Amino acid sequence: MTLTLRNIAKTYPGGTRALLPTDLDIAEGEIVSLLGPSGCGKTTLLRIIAGLETADAGAEIRFKDDDITHQPVERRKVGMVFQSYALFPNMSVRGNIGYGLKMQGLPRAQIDARVDEVIALCRLEPYAGRAITALSGGQRQRVALARAFAPRPRLLLLDEPLSALDAALRGQLRDELAALLRQFGITAIFVTHDQDEAMAIADRVAVMSQGRVAQIGTPEALYRAPQTAFVARFVGNSMPLGGRIEGSQLHLPGGTLALTAPSDGKAAFVRAEDVRLAEHGPLTARVTAVTFLGTHYRIALSGATEDTLFCLHQGQSAPKPGETVRLAIAPQSILILSPEKAAA
Amino acid sequence: MSTRQFVALCLVPLAIFALTFLALPLVRLVLASGEGEAGWGIYWQILHTPRYLTTLVQTVLVSVSVTIAALAVSTTAGLFLTRNRFRGRAVLLSILTLPLAFPGVVVGFMIILLGGRQGLFNAIFPGHGVFAYSIFGLFLGYLYFSIPRVLLTVMAAAEKIDPALEEAARTLGAPSHRVLRDVLIPALAPALVAAGAIAFATAMGAFGTAFTLATNIDVLPMVIYTEFTLSANIAMAAALSVLLGIVTWGMLFLARSFSGSTIAAGG
Amino acid sequence: MRIGKALQLAVTLLAAAFLLVPTIQSVLAGVTVNYFQGIRSGLTLEWIAVVWELYASSIFLSLGIALACLCVTLVIGVPAAYALARSPGRLSRAVEEFISLPLAIPGLALALALLQLYGSYKGFRMSPAFILVGHVLYTLPFMVRSVQSVLAAIDLRTLEEGAATLGAGPVRRFFDVVVPNALPGILAGALTVVTLSIGEFNLTWMLHTPFLKTLPVGLADSYASMRLEIASAYTLIFFVMIVPLLLAMQWASARAQRMSQ
Repeated sequence: MTLTLRNIAKTYPGGTRALLPTDLDIAEGEIVSLLGPSGCGKTTLLRIIAGLETADAGAEIRFKDDDITHQPVERRKVGMVFQSYALFPNMSVRGNIGYGLKMQGLPRAQIDARVDEVIALCRLEPYAGRAITALSGGQRQRVALARAFAPRPRLLLLDEPLSALDAALRGQLRDELAALLRQFGITAIFVTHDQDEAMAIADRVAVMSQGRVAQIGTPEALYRAPQTAFVARFVGNSMPLGGRIEGSQLHLPGGTLALTAPSDGKAAFVRAEDVRLAEHGPLTARVTAVTFLGTHYRIALSGATEDTLFCLHQGQSAPKPGETVRLAIAPQSILILSPEKAAA
Repeated sequence: MSTRQFVALCLVPLAIFALTFLALPLVRLVLASGEGEAGWGIYWQILHTPRYLTTLVQTVLVSVSVTIAALAVSTTAGLFLTRNRFRGRAVLLSILTLPLAFPGVVVGFMIILLGGRQGLFNAIFPGHGVFAYSIFGLFLGYLYFSIPRVLLTVMAAAEKIDPALEEAARTLGAPSHRVLRDVLIPALAPALVAAGAIAFATAMGAFGTAFTLATNIDVLPMVIYTEFTLSANIAMAAALSVLLGIVTWGMLFLARSFSGSTIAAGG
Repeated sequence: MRIGKALQLAVTLLAAAFLLVPTIQSVLAGVTVNYFQGIRSGLTLEWIAVVWELYASSIFLSLGIALACLCVTLVIGVPAAYALARSPGRLSRAVEEFISLPLAIPGLALALALLQLYGSYKGFRMSPAFILVGHVLYTLPFMVRSVQSVLAAIDLRTLEEGAATLGAGPVRRFFDVVVPNALPGILAGALTVVTLSIGEFNLTWMLHTPFLKTLPVGLADSYASMRLEIASAYTLIFFVMIVPLLLAMQWASARAQRMSQ
C-alpha cells in the first residue's frame, strides 16, 4: 500500500468529534474519493492527511515505509488543490506553478523546464503569463491543479475541486479532471459531496457519514450492493419503502410485495428506476405529479407506501395526476438492509 | 520553527515596545498623580478647587458646543456631497478634508489669520474683528479640525444607506423633510453618535490649538501644561492628565462601539 | 425642496470657505513683501529664504524622524498585524485596543507619562530617539490597523496553507505570501505614518529639547515670535510638504479599502 492510515480521529477542543477512528489503505496510482454530506468528516480526514490539521493521539499515517504522522505540512510532499484554489494573487500563473519547485531549491533552468512541461500537460499555454485575477473559474481550477502537481508530490489531495464552478462548467471540467488525473498517473484523494463527481473520477469511493467511513468500494459495488441504508440512499438514490416485513413478504399500504428471502427485522429500499407501471402489479397507487424529463417521466405516487414513492417511467405517454395506477417491483431489485439509525 | 512559534515571534517586537513605552509610562503617570502632598486625595482636590473645576466645566462646554456645531455643519455638507454629483465636487471634498493632516498649532494660526489683529475680519471691520484669542476663537479652532473628521464619518455612513429606502419613503408619499427625519437621520444615528464622540474627545484633548490661541483661557490641556512647566506641580499635572485621558478614551470607546472605527489624526 | 438644497449648498460652501480662506491667506502672506499693505507691496521669496535659514534643520529633523518612524512602525507593525490577523479572538482585540490607547489619550498626557519614567535618563532624553518613541507610539496603531484590515479581507489562512503544501515554511510564507498581499495596506499605513509624524505636535512639544526642534515645533515657535510673513512662509513650506502626502495617503487608503471589499 502506498498510503496507510490507522486510527485517524479528530476531536475538537469543544469535544465535538469530527472524525471517529478511521483506517484506510490506498494503493499506488489509485484515485480515491471521500464522498459524503457536509459535516461528515471528509474534509477533516483530507486535511489530516495533508498535515494541515493534527489527528488525535494514537493516529498513524505512513507513506510506504515513511511515517509522516508528525511531519509538518511543508515537508510532507503532498500536493493540494483547495476548494477556493488559494492561488497567490501576487504571482502570475507561472509564478504560482513554479512556487513549489522554488521551495525545493531547484536551479532556475530546471524550474522553467518543469513549469513548461506542466503548463503543456494542463493546456495552460495561452495563460502562462497572466495574472491570477485575469483568469476564469475553470482556468483557475486548472492552474491550481498544475501548481499542486508541478513539484512531483507523492500524493495529490483535492478538496471539493469543482464546487466553486457553476453547474454547466462543472460537468465538463469533471471529465477533464478525471482524464488529467489518469494522465498524471498519481495517487490522489479527493473530497466531494457530489456522488456523480465521485463516481466519474474515482477508482474507489469511500462514503462517509457522521465521522466514519460507512462503506468503501468501486462505484459499481457501492451502487449495486450498498451495505448500509445511508449508502443506499446517498449513492443509489434509493427510497425507503417502509411497511412491515413478515418472512419473505413486505406489507405496504398499497399491497404486498414478494422478497427473495425471509428478512424479518430488516428494512427495504428501492430505486425509482426499478419501480414499474404494470397493469396487474401487486401495488395500487394514486398519481400526484408527473414531470417530463426528456428521456423519461418522473412520476410521484401516493398510497403505495407511507411516503411519496417515485417512479421513472420510459415511454411515449404517462398517466395523469389523479389517476390510479398499479405498480410492480421485482424482488431482486428490492435492497434489504439493516434499518437506519435515527439521524443517518 | 513551527507556525505557532513564528506567529508568536511576530508579536515580540510589539510586546517589547508597548510594554516599555506605553504600559510602564502610563502606570508611572498614574502613580505620579498620587505622589503629591495630597496623596490620592488629589482627585478629590480637583473637584473642590474652583480653578480646576471651572477649567473642567469650561473645557466640557467648549467641547460640547464644538461637537454640536461640527455635527450640524458636517452632516449638512456630508449629505449634500453624498447625494449630489456635480462639477467641482471632488475639489470641494478635498478642501473639506484637507485639515485632517494639520497639526493643532497650524489650525491655531489659521484662526489668527482670520481673527487676529492682522486678520481678515479686523481688516474688514477695523477695531471689531479681533476674536482669535477669545473663547470664540478657540471654538472656531476646534471646529476647524472637527469638520473634516465628522464629515468623513458621516459620508462613510451615508454612502452605505440603501437609496431604495429613501425611494420607498417617497413612493409612500413622504415629503423631503419627513424623509430626512424618518429615514436618513435614523440610518445615520450610529455614525452621528460616533462622530460626535470623536469630535468631543478631540476637542477635550486638543493641545496645539489651545497652545497657540488660549494663552489667557483656562482649558484642561493648557492647565496641565502650566501646572507641569510653570508651577512644577507634577502630581496635579499627572492627575489632570489621567482624568483627561479617561474621559477621551471613554468617549472614543463609546464611538467605536457604535461605528467600528475612528477617523485619524492630529488635533 | 429647492430652498432646502440651496441651503445645504450654502452651508457646504461656507464650511469650505472657512477651511480654505485662511490657508490661502497664509500662502499669500508667505510670499507678500508686506502683508499689512497687501499684495500691492509686491511678491517675494525673501520670507521663504529667511525661513530656510532659520528652520532648515527643523525640516530635516522632521523628515529624518518621519523616515525612522516609518522604519520602526514597519518592523514592529507589519509582523504584529500578521500575528493579530492570524489569531483573531478576544486576546488579539485586547492587544489592539491597548496599542490604540495613544489615539484616545491626548498626546500631552502620553508625553507626561514618558517624561515621568524616562526623563531622568539624560542621554535618551536629549536624543532624537526620545521624540521618535513618541511618534512611533502615536503612528503605530495606524500601521497595524491598515495592514490588519487588508489581511482580514483576503483568505490569509488558505493562501498560507497553499504555500505550506508546496513546501514553504512559516518564514518563507510570511515573505512570499503575506507581505506581497498586504502591500496595499502597508502602503496606506506607511503614507499615514509619514504624514502624521511630520505634523505631530502635541507629544513632540513636550518631548523636544531646545536643540531638537521638529517642523511643527518650529512652526509654534515662529507663530509666537516671528512676524506674520515669516510664520506664513513657514506654514507654506509645511503645506507644500504635507498636502501631497495627505492626498497620496487618502488615495492609498481608499485603494486599500476597495481591495478589501
